Amino acid sequence: MSRESALVTADWVEEHLNDSSIVLVEVDEDAEAYDKGHIPGAVKLDWKKDLQDGVRHDFVSKEKLEALLSAKGIGNDDTIVFYGGNNNWFAAYAYWYLKYYGHDNLRLLDGGRKKWELDSRELTTEVSERPATTYVAKEADESIRAFRDEVIASIGTKNLIDVRSPDEYAGRLLAPAHLPQEQAQIGGHIPTAGNVPWSKAANDDGTFRSDEELKELYAEAGLDDAKDTIAYCRIGERSSHTWFVLKEILGHENVKNYDGSWTEYGALRAVPVALGDEPGVA
Amino acid sequence: MCGAINGGPSLDGVDVENQAVIQGIVTRDGQPVGNAYVRLLDRTGEFTAEVPTSATGQFRFFAGPGEWTLRTLAPRSISVDNAVTAAKGVVAEVAVAV
Repeated sequence: MSRESALVTADWVEEHLNDSSIVLVEVDEDAEAYDKGHIPGAVKLDWKKDLQDGVRHDFVSKEKLEALLSAKGIGNDDTIVFYGGNNNWFAAYAYWYLKYYGHDNLRLLDGGRKKWELDSRELTTEVSERPATTYVAKEADESIRAFRDEVIASIGTKNLIDVRSPDEYAGRLLAPAHLPQEQAQIGGHIPTAGNVPWSKAANDDGTFRSDEELKELYAEAGLDDAKDTIAYCRIGERSSHTWFVLKEILGHENVKNYDGSWTEYGALRAVPVALGDEPGVA
Repeated sequence: MCGAINGGPSLDGVDVENQAVIQGIVTRDGQPVGNAYVRLLDRTGEFTAEVPTSATGQFRFFAGPGEWTLRTLAPRSISVDNAVTAAKGVVAEVAVAV
């Protein structure tokens, strides 16, 4: 994978607005963002309602995904271009999730909704309808998803990257600061995890930094190329952003997203936790 | 729209006592800017959170006590920084002009 195979620019999207084999999909934390205006032709996925199971603490099953994409008019051969708010956090999550279920042609719009808006490009409130398809998902690719037991076993052995803000990493905040600080879990991070905030991989306008800058960022953070890597955050969407950078832009081999992330780990009994700005010891 | 309203969004239903709230409004020539992005940077300048402004130009953060910087990006403007101090139980109001 590379920048060319994983990212498209806003100009490219504008040039392909009338290509029916390319499906623009907006994914937001704020489900109303799409309704206020979206890129012409884009369909909407609600991060919570559409992509979370709703009963189990998990994302939707393969069968539910197939029904969802079929109803949205997305076919197996279509190229899906995800974009969204929050600097593409939830779009990157959807990209990772679709990769997990084996969709072939996936892209992220570099800069997401913010770049598009800051450029004053066209938005519409007209909801687009696509004819229904019969989508068939592949079996889940567990090589890109980490669960808690693997994460605990990785302390001190694999690259663990905590991509939350420094204050969340240290335990001074429990959630990103646009949300109330009232989660039930304790503060801190997984011992030996380095802190490389997702935001260091992006420019202010939400576009990804250059390959050279990204390589330097993770090299400086001490990421050992010879080891497998697991990224986590609070609920798995910011770490999808970093997973995307490492796996899809820089082409690292073994990178997993721990989507349980801190809301799960910080609520587990009897697992080690480190507080403060240092990684801590195994 | 007859000019900007004062201050950030309504605090009805917000547990202000246990939060360190930073909020306000983004205006250009006295008019609210509804398509701006406000980022909250910590004392080292690192990104902590970002929100788009509401249709009425308003934004809100739940920060920790301490020194913060708001960086506001809006179409056709250069970014603007505003320093702000947050404290638990206090609502810090910031008026941002772009």
